[in-house]
Amino acid sequence: MSATQETVSAGGARTARYFIYAALIILALVYLLPLYVMLSTSLKSLDEIRGGDMLALPRDPSVAAWVRAWGEACIGVSCVGIKGYFWNSIKMVVPAVLISTLLGALNGYVLTKWRFPGHKLMFGMMLFACFIPFQAVLIPMARVLGTFGLSNSTTGLVIVHVIYGLGFTTLFFRNYYEAFPDELVKAAMIDGAGFFRIFWRILLPSSGPIIVVTIIYQFTNIWNDFLFGVSFSSGTSSPMTVALNNLVASSTGVKEYNVDMAAAVFAALPTLFVYVVAGRYFVRGLMAGAVKG
Amino acid sequence: MTTIEPVPVLEPQRQRRSFADGLRNALPKIVLAPSFAVILVFVYGFILWTVYLSFTTSRILPVYKWGGFDAYFRLWSQPNWYVAMQNLAIFGVLYIGICIILGLGIAILMDQRIRAEGLLRPIFLYPMALSFVVTGTAWKWFLNPGLGLENTMHNLGWTSFKFDWLVNPKMAIYTVVIAGVWQASGFVMAMFLAGLRGIDGEIIKAAQIDGASTVSIYRRIIIPLLRPVFLSAFIVLAHMAIKSYDLVIALTGGGPGNATELPSTFMYSYTFTRNQMNVGSASAVMMLMGITAIIVPYLYSELRERKQ
Repeated sequence: MSATQETVSAGGARTARYFIYAALIILALVYLLPLYVMLSTSLKSLDEIRGGDMLALPRDPSVAAWVRAWGEACIGVSCVGIKGYFWNSIKMVVPAVLISTLLGALNGYVLTKWRFPGHKLMFGMMLFACFIPFQAVLIPMARVLGTFGLSNSTTGLVIVHVIYGLGFTTLFFRNYYEAFPDELVKAAMIDGAGFFRIFWRILLPSSGPIIVVTIIYQFTNIWNDFLFGVSFSSGTSSPMTVALNNLVASSTGVKEYNVDMAAAVFAALPTLFVYVVAGRYFVRGLMAGAVKG
Repeated sequence: MTTIEPVPVLEPQRQRRSFADGLRNALPKIVLAPSFAVILVFVYGFILWTVYLSFTTSRILPVYKWGGFDAYFRLWSQPNWYVAMQNLAIFGVLYIGICIILGLGIAILMDQRIRAEGLLRPIFLYPMALSFVVTGTAWKWFLNPGLGLENTMHNLGWTSFKFDWLVNPKMAIYTVVIAGVWQASGFVMAMFLAGLRGIDGEIIKAAQIDGASTVSIYRRIIIPLLRPVFLSAFIVLAHMAIKSYDLVIALTGGGPGNATELPSTFMYSYTFTRNQMNVGSASAVMMLMGITAIIVPYLYSELRERKQ
C-alpha cells in the first residue's frame, strides 16, 4: 500500500522522496547518537572529555576505561570493578530463563491440548500476572525471601524471576500451541502415546521459533531488570544493572565519565548482542507481549 | 475442574478405570498445578498481603495491627504524592503521545518503499533492547549541563544555548520523557509498521483511482484502519509509564530534590528508606488499581474476541 508516486507529478514525487530519505536519515542519526556518544566517551581519556567535545571522535582511542570499569572501578567500598556483578547477572539469567521457558512450554501445552473446565479463567489469571506493577508484591517477597534465608542471593533472584516470568512464557507458548493442529495430537493418542511423549516427540520438535522468542524475551527482561535486583540484593550479590547504577550515582572522588560509560557498555553488550544476532525474534517477542492476539 | 476431556476416541479402551488411568488423566493438571499455585500465592496472595499492610500501622517492619484507612489519609495528604501524581500525568501524557506520533510518523515514512529499510529499522528499535539503567546513564551524560549537549552547542558557535534541564527542578521531568521516548518509540514504530503492512492494498488503490490525494488517503482511510494498533500501543505505553522506575532512578535519582518523583519511586522510598511501610503499601495499591483499570478491560476484550 505504498504506491503513492502515481498520483503526484514526477518532479514533485522526486522532491518528496528526497524529503523522506532526508527525514529518515536524520532521525536515524538522532537515534544512534546516544550510543555513539556512550562508545566514544568510553574510549577517551578524562582530560579529553573535560577539554573536548562530546561528539568528537576519540583523538587517541584507548580501552583503559574499559579495563578500569571491568576490574578496578569502585562500587560502594570495594574497588574490584564490575566483573563480579556481570557474573552475578549471568548466574541469575541462565537458570531463570531456562526454568521459566520450560515451565511456560508445559503450561502452554496443557492449556491448549489438555483442556479442562476452568482453563480459560486460569489462563486469564496467569495473563494478568504479567502486568501487575511489581511494587504490589515487593514487600511480601522481601519478607518471604528473608524468612527462607534467600535475601542477597542469586538463588533468591532466580526464583523471583522464574515466578514473575511464568505469565509471559505461558502466554507465548499457549498462543503458539493454539495454532498447532489438534489432529496430530489426537492421532498420537490413538497410537497410545502418553502426555509427556506427545509433548516431547510432537510439540517440542516444532517449537523452535517460539522457544527462541521466549528465551530472548526472558533473557532481555531479566538481564535488564533493576527493581528486583535493587530490592532483594545488596553489596556484592547485586546484578549488573544495580552495580552500574551504584557506580554512576556514587559521588565520591573524581567523576570518571569514561569509566561510567564503559560500564554502561558492558551492561548493554549482552542484550545488544542478542538483538543484533536475532533481532527478528526479539521484535516478535515484543509484539507477542504487546498484542495478545 | 475435575474431569479432563481429551479424546473421546479412547473411550472403548478404558472401560475399567484403574489407578494408573486416573493418574494419567490427572497428569496434565498435576503439571500445571505448581505454576498456577505459585501464581496464586506469589501474585494474588502477595497482592492481598500488600493490601492488608496498607491498612496496618506498619512503619519500619510489617506489623499486623489494624490502622484503618490511616495510611490512605496520610498518603493523600503528602505533598510528595501529589508531586508524584502530577509527574506521572506529565510523563504519561507526553511519553504516550510523543511515542505514538513519532512511531506512526516514522512508520509511514518507512512504508514508502524505502530502499534501506532493513538497515534503518534496527536503528530505530535497538534502544528497546537496552536496560533502562543503561538508557538513563547514557542520557544523563548526553544531557550533562557542563560537558554534554550544552557544551557541544557552544563549540558549534551557539554560545547562548542553555540546557540545564537535568538540574532544573521545573524541567527535569522532561528529560525523563526524552529518554523514555528515545527508548520506546522505535517499538511503537514497529507496531505501526506491522499494522500498515496488514492493510489491504485494494482499498488504497480504489481510493487512488477516485482521485484521493496521498494525504487524504492516510487521513481518511489508513489511519482510521490502524485503530487497533493505537489501542495496543496506548496500553503498552501506559503500562510502562506507570511501572517506570529504573529510568528515573538512573537518570535523575528522583531529583533534583523531589522534582522527578513518580509513584514507583515514592513507593520504594517510603517503604524501604523512610520507614512508612503502610503508606508505601497504600501507594502500591494505588498503582495496582491504575494498571488494573487499564489492563483488565483490554485483556477481557482480547480474550473474548479470540473466542469468536
